[in-house]
Amino acid sequence: MSRSRARLGVDIALLLIGVCFAAPLLWLVLAAVDPQAGYQTKVPSAPSIINFAAVMTPELLGRPLLNSFLLSAGTALVNVLAAVLAAYPLSRYQSRFNKPFMYTVLFGTSLPVTAIMVPVYGLFVQLQLLDSMAATIFFMATTTLPMAIWMAKNFMDSVPLELEEAAWMDGASSMATLRSIVLPLMGQGLGVVFIFVFIQAWGNFFVPFILLLSTGKQPAAVSIFSFFGQHGAIAYGQLAAFSILYSVPVLVLYAVVSRGMGNSFAMSGAMKG
Amino acid sequence: MNPRRLLRLLPITPAILLLLVFLLAPVVWSFYASFTDAALSGKAAKDPQWVGAENYVRMFSDDSFPMATWLTVVFVAASAVLGQNLLGLLIALLMTRSRKMVSDWVGTAVVAAWVLPEIVAAFAAYAYFNRDGTLNQLLAVLGTHGLDWLYSFPLVAIILANTWRGTAFSMLVYRAALADVPRDVSEAALMDGARGWQRLGFITLPLIRNSIATNLMLITLQTLAVFTLIWVMTAGGPANASTTLPVLAYQEAFKFGDIGYGTAVASVLILLGMVFGAVYVRLLRERRP
Repeated sequence: MSRSRARLGVDIALLLIGVCFAAPLLWLVLAAVDPQAGYQTKVPSAPSIINFAAVMTPELLGRPLLNSFLLSAGTALVNVLAAVLAAYPLSRYQSRFNKPFMYTVLFGTSLPVTAIMVPVYGLFVQLQLLDSMAATIFFMATTTLPMAIWMAKNFMDSVPLELEEAAWMDGASSMATLRSIVLPLMGQGLGVVFIFVFIQAWGNFFVPFILLLSTGKQPAAVSIFSFFGQHGAIAYGQLAAFSILYSVPVLVLYAVVSRGMGNSFAMSGAMKG
Repeated sequence: MNPRRLLRLLPITPAILLLLVFLLAPVVWSFYASFTDAALSGKAAKDPQWVGAENYVRMFSDDSFPMATWLTVVFVAASAVLGQNLLGLLIALLMTRSRKMVSDWVGTAVVAAWVLPEIVAAFAAYAYFNRDGTLNQLLAVLGTHGLDWLYSFPLVAIILANTWRGTAFSMLVYRAALADVPRDVSEAALMDGARGWQRLGFITLPLIRNSIATNLMLITLQTLAVFTLIWVMTAGGPANASTTLPVLAYQEAFKFGDIGYGTAVASVLILLGMVFGAVYVRLLRERRP
């Protein structure tokens, strides 16, 4: 068999797999522009943006998206801050404490988050933190913190120590060199951690579903679920339009990160340890 | 340790505090509450009583817990270990030989299912497996009668949906791993006349075995925790036919208000996660002394 024929076979096999993966998403796109959408995938007879117009109201889309943004940005900020501060001594000073700590943190990444939601709910009730945006942000930041500490430490390890030592000689404190030397040099890495946490928080349904009770505080992930429950039987098109508007920000962010990383795997830093 | 060196570790404290309050405390509280009759409302909500191992005894006398455990094992084995892992490896292998345009396009389609917010992916899967959905349309084109997947084969539907949703992770891991395989190694084998399958089995796979082990651990843990996909597609039904452990814990705690029993189920899940986590940490430690 010639090489080019073998390659054609490979291409066809891959394309078939690709079509299978794209098929469930096709419905989402077609239903969004179809005023008479059902569960069937069909090209709309009279495509229109009426579904988008119907869901683009402040209370249906505006408020939930704003809440999603506050939750995700807050989570990413708390997360990156805590991760960078923790990574600095772990990366810069040799200590017997480092290795056990890093492995304990790694162990923490393996905790199934859905399993701790029942106890977290109980804990939040006891501490009267239920329905608090701030507490939800801190909890969400903590669930991704172990992974973020690993990533931050790996990025920091790649910033050479010599630059800092020169500044220390001149009398700069370690926190000053962290801010003026290390952080600018690992800026891209930090951006990756921030966006990675932001995307996870933006897509998270279960945590806010359990911890945030009032509709005014719920992010889009939760409001779309109640929308589905109330109107799902009729308004498939609107549901699809809402889903697309809610998904676009993370799709864009992911494209930015994966391009910036030159197609290498965003999480490989964390995986290789 | 002298005070100066302790001071250096000060920046770690915010992270440690967060981990203690929001990760360790819930785990400890979970094990504690699983020995009480804590409830969502009523008298037992304010003043939970110690009931010993009652929740755990009930767990093994009930039908729902052993069934949920079995469903979880099948779900994880079929959708993660087999589905995501093998499909991800296959796609990554095919991509090393395909045209760049094709692999870019297919990569985008596979990753899209993974990057989408979980609730949106769950809606798309729900519509796809619906009685009037795309899958049955495709089957009709092939001349087969459609089925009510979510009702008659809920486990099959959620396994396929989770494979669709999560394969991107394995694909990305294996693409990175295969890119690190030195070219001259596989070329030397080709010179020696090794066939495709032999090269794969004796050279490529052994070279990426670390990635395979890490990937298997991570996707097992992720799949063990899947809730939203199942909740939206079948809500664990019909008649608990797709109730995995996370869904069972949720139902017992929030639908039936039995926090004590819910945390007992959650504690079992946490223990399972700990076992896999310990193996995972061991794997990584052995690799870098």
